[in-house]
Amino acid sequence: MNTNSNTYTLVYATVMVVIVALMLAFVSGALKEKQNSNIELDKKKQILKSLRIDAKQNNIAQLYDQYVIKGLIVNTNGEILSYSKKEAFDIDIAKELSKKVEERRLPIFIAQVEGETKYIISLRGTGLWGPIWGYVSLNDDKNTIYGAYFSHASETPGLGANIAEPNFQRQFEGKHIFNEKNEFVSIAVMKVGKKAEGREQVDAISGGTITSKGVETMLLNCIGQYEAFFRQLSTIGEIKQ
Amino acid sequence: MSTLLSKKSRQVLLGPLSKNNPITIQVLGICSALAVTAKLEPALVMGISVTIIVAFSNIIVSLVRNTIPNRIRIIVQLVVVAALVTIVSEILKAFAYDVSVQLSVYVGLIITNCILMGRLEAFAMSNSPWESFLDGLGNGFGYAIILIIVSFFRELFGSGTLLGYNIIPQSFFNVGYMNNGLMMMPPMALILVACIIWVHRAKNKELQEK
Repeated sequence: MNTNSNTYTLVYATVMVVIVALMLAFVSGALKEKQNSNIELDKKKQILKSLRIDAKQNNIAQLYDQYVIKGLIVNTNGEILSYSKKEAFDIDIAKELSKKVEERRLPIFIAQVEGETKYIISLRGTGLWGPIWGYVSLNDDKNTIYGAYFSHASETPGLGANIAEPNFQRQFEGKHIFNEKNEFVSIAVMKVGKKAEGREQVDAISGGTITSKGVETMLLNCIGQYEAFFRQLSTIGEIKQ
Repeated sequence: MSTLLSKKSRQVLLGPLSKNNPITIQVLGICSALAVTAKLEPALVMGISVTIIVAFSNIIVSLVRNTIPNRIRIIVQLVVVAALVTIVSEILKAFAYDVSVQLSVYVGLIITNCILMGRLEAFAMSNSPWESFLDGLGNGFGYAIILIIVSFFRELFGSGTLLGYNIIPQSFFNVGYMNNGLMMMPPMALILVACIIWVHRAKNKELQEK
């Protein structure tokens, strides 16, 4: 057979593409459910990490249900839009951040750890090469950070990627996001030896300056959106329902 | 065994480990050697993944080598590689989610690895499946060895750890020892690869060009 004729080449290419496409579609369809449940478990694991709880693969779902008791959706004016924990969990924070500020639906989770209430906020920002994200939990005073967890898609291993290391994340514990005048200032991530004006700070990763600054911007932008909600919460006290 | 590992087969399997190494002799796959060698762990996983994928894509292309139309052979090779890489990454996501998160970008990088295209074009297109499989394994290992050597030195001197465990004792740091930040930068991988090439050619005089 002449394998160099135009007809043969065209038929060959078509058949090959159809076979490969069917194969990939089959693999993707067969594994979809398993992958989605992995993604969901991974998200729960990350939320638990921001509460300083290190879950094992087999008890993530159980620990999540045990500690995280409520989920709310709020907007940037501090109004509560939904009281559904499931809905709050399903929100894709990346999508919300691309909307107009007043249209955003922001998830917040409320957890009970050793009898104390913690508020968990979803974070998302940009690093050097791609997106970075994480969760930060606040104490009942809505000011002191209880725990922080960050992760990234493609930061440089050994440099920017170290934001996913506990050594970096533990620095945030006990820091305050409001200053003495009760203004929201977030937390600075500063080069070792430099001093931030008017707000508390943690050490940046040497060699990972852009990623470290990405974390700082992410904290400022994402936590800032909840400022109105936190102020309202302080006046009404406990959340009903 | 004699038919399975004849002299030629052994040559095909072991040649790429030293005298015909894809990185130090053919200078292929340098791009990923720079990207993934800051730490030992991703380098190991990358080495293993590339070995598996180059071996299996070699088999597939070798099986259909006589039917491939000459004018679109590169496209056919690329489709085979891309399909394999996608399937591997889907399987990892379903059954080893943690590993797939760690690998995220590296798995995609395998498609663009020049070693794959080089071996498919230069070897699998004109040899039997069994020999192509051996050639894939040999080149994969040859690639992995260099990655492991480079990442070993970069992680040890760049962060003082190996596979994430502290190796350089704290007392060294107390008396003023410092991690070498340059080791974490991509150019250092090139310099280390150049050092390996230097040592390698000094030991094997026949490799030196006039």
